[in-house]
Amino acid sequence: MTNLLPVPVLLAIFGAAVALSATRRPRVQRMISAVCLSGIVIVAGILMYWTNTNGPLALWLGGWPAPLGIALVADRLSALMLLVASVVALGVLVFATGQDKDEVRRETPVSIFHPTFLLLIAGVSNAFLAGDLFNLFVGFEILLFASYVLLTLGGTADRVRAGTTYVIVSLLSSSLFLISISAIYAATGTVNLAHLSVRLRDLSSPVQLLLEGLLLVTFAIKAAVFPLSSWLPDSYPTAPAPVTAVFAGLLTKVGVYAIIRTETLLFPNDSHNTVLLVAAGLTMLIGILGAIAQVEIKRMLSFTLISHIGYMIFGIALSTPAGLAATIFYTAHHITIQATLFLVTGLIERRGGTSSLDGLGGLLKTAPLLAFLFFVPAMNLSGIPPLSGFIGKLGLLEAGAEVGTPLTWMVMAAGIVTSLLTLMAMAKVWNRAFWGVTPTEQRRQEAIAADEDPDEIDDDDPRVMPPMQVGATIGLIVFGLALTVFAGPLYEYATAAAEALLDGSLVEVVLPEGLR
Amino acid sequence: MSANLILAITAGILVAAGVYLLLERSLTRILLGVLLASNGVNMLFLVAAGKPGTPPIVDLAGTDISDPLPQAMVLTAIVITMAVAAFVLTLAYRSFQLHGHDEVADDVEDARIRKLAEADFASESYEDTTFSDTGRDAVSE
Repeated sequence: MTNLLPVPVLLAIFGAAVALSATRRPRVQRMISAVCLSGIVIVAGILMYWTNTNGPLALWLGGWPAPLGIALVADRLSALMLLVASVVALGVLVFATGQDKDEVRRETPVSIFHPTFLLLIAGVSNAFLAGDLFNLFVGFEILLFASYVLLTLGGTADRVRAGTTYVIVSLLSSSLFLISISAIYAATGTVNLAHLSVRLRDLSSPVQLLLEGLLLVTFAIKAAVFPLSSWLPDSYPTAPAPVTAVFAGLLTKVGVYAIIRTETLLFPNDSHNTVLLVAAGLTMLIGILGAIAQVEIKRMLSFTLISHIGYMIFGIALSTPAGLAATIFYTAHHITIQATLFLVTGLIERRGGTSSLDGLGGLLKTAPLLAFLFFVPAMNLSGIPPLSGFIGKLGLLEAGAEVGTPLTWMVMAAGIVTSLLTLMAMAKVWNRAFWGVTPTEQRRQEAIAADEDPDEIDDDDPRVMPPMQVGATIGLIVFGLALTVFAGPLYEYATAAAEALLDGSLVEVVLPEGLR
Repeated sequence: MSANLILAITAGILVAAGVYLLLERSLTRILLGVLLASNGVNMLFLVAAGKPGTPPIVDLAGTDISDPLPQAMVLTAIVITMAVAAFVLTLAYRSFQLHGHDEVADDVEDARIRKLAEADFASESYEDTTFSDTGRDAVSE
């Protein structure tokens, strides 16, 4: 069973290589990507089942005696993250193949989308399965490089501008990560996570504090935690819809996953909890205040993405099993919902010709299906009962109330305000894009008011939404609803995952007797 | 473990110079900054490797060998830096093709807010309270 561990990474990398050699044959490329991603979904499902029944899995690559060599590790948390990430990636891929020829030429003029997309998934899988800090770094670099290429696809002025900010910030965070790794290696002589969790305990507390701070800053940049989040809304919205969707769904969550790992496995002390709590509260509030000021739906969603990262950080900062369980559940929910919303925005842009609220209106009448597609994930994001967003937020609030310090109560209040403001932002999109009159109707009314002939204004061409894209979006919405329907078992799974994170069972599986 | 002070100081200077260059507007200088900083970081790994001057692994039974792990990590980091340099150079060249310079542009939103502030004008997203509002001319109403 342990031999399944490298399969997700290998499948994606080999798939990317084969897809790259078939650049002239878009159909073959699509087939390859779809087959590889389906394979990863299946493997992730098996890993999730196995880790849930039999505990964590570890594989020392190359047969070196532990602690030499590279370890791949899967426990409940990484298996769940891998499964949700690969399902969302598959949905996004189907959405991307639904683009018609015109759109492909405009949005992704070169046929490197599929190989790069697969490499991105390879990086994400590698980061989730990494059993040592340096392999985690390599996973991050693979996914970052793929994301650089995807973000600047086509090299238009807008994307180059957006890409520049993103690349520079990512380079800075990578350098910081390397500095942390070298400092940790100098202090402990190992980079294996399980081995580190044993050796870091022997360090004096100021050194521990420094190392933890270094890693936290690195991962906070990647996860877009305030005040290290300002790069995100500048870089995400210009990319094509499927790219933005997969970035919003996966990339920041890899950062969150890394923070969960460091805070539970490496530094299970309370030294940074206050800082994290304050950061969580500020991330929620400042993110959502940015969102309600936007008129561009993609930018608005980028800001809500930042703000909801705050919820996950809140659960981590509580450092109780209940808080971590809620964070794990919320992360799985948020990956799905945020990606779905970006895909729906892609459809809105396609149907209405723009994703700015200033140029939209009356979509409820002209495209009722689209309105439905937007409504479900939007309500889910705002945390309306009984959807999974509500369950995750309720879990976080319960966990917060259990801890019950004044600061926790303040962050909980911030969380509730953020939830309401998210609803307000979603209602704003609904009011202005789906209600009201269509832009054509609007122009006609203006013509009447100006004593001109309203019939001179032609109807908009009815732009159809490609059925494949609608299908992919519906598929992801159904997956999101499945998280709600099966919330009971899933929440139990998350609770078990959180308890396993704190009881050190991972170390027992990874390291042989003498090293613990 | 014995640390090499001169290596550590050099690494510090390189990273500091790198950060200074990162703060520039021109992408080429930013790239130079990244290269300097990553060389500094590579040196930090050499510091982490312990005492210099020992031979590589020839006989595992001997105690006095240099630690191969940081060297492997530095090698990976160097390869990644090379890819970074290639990509950033491409980006800088594309930016030069498009705009005639490779300076990092202002964020659209920042520029818009500044313009609105200079003109003493409410932002476009400033909403009217009526439901039929399209947001198009919220200010003139």
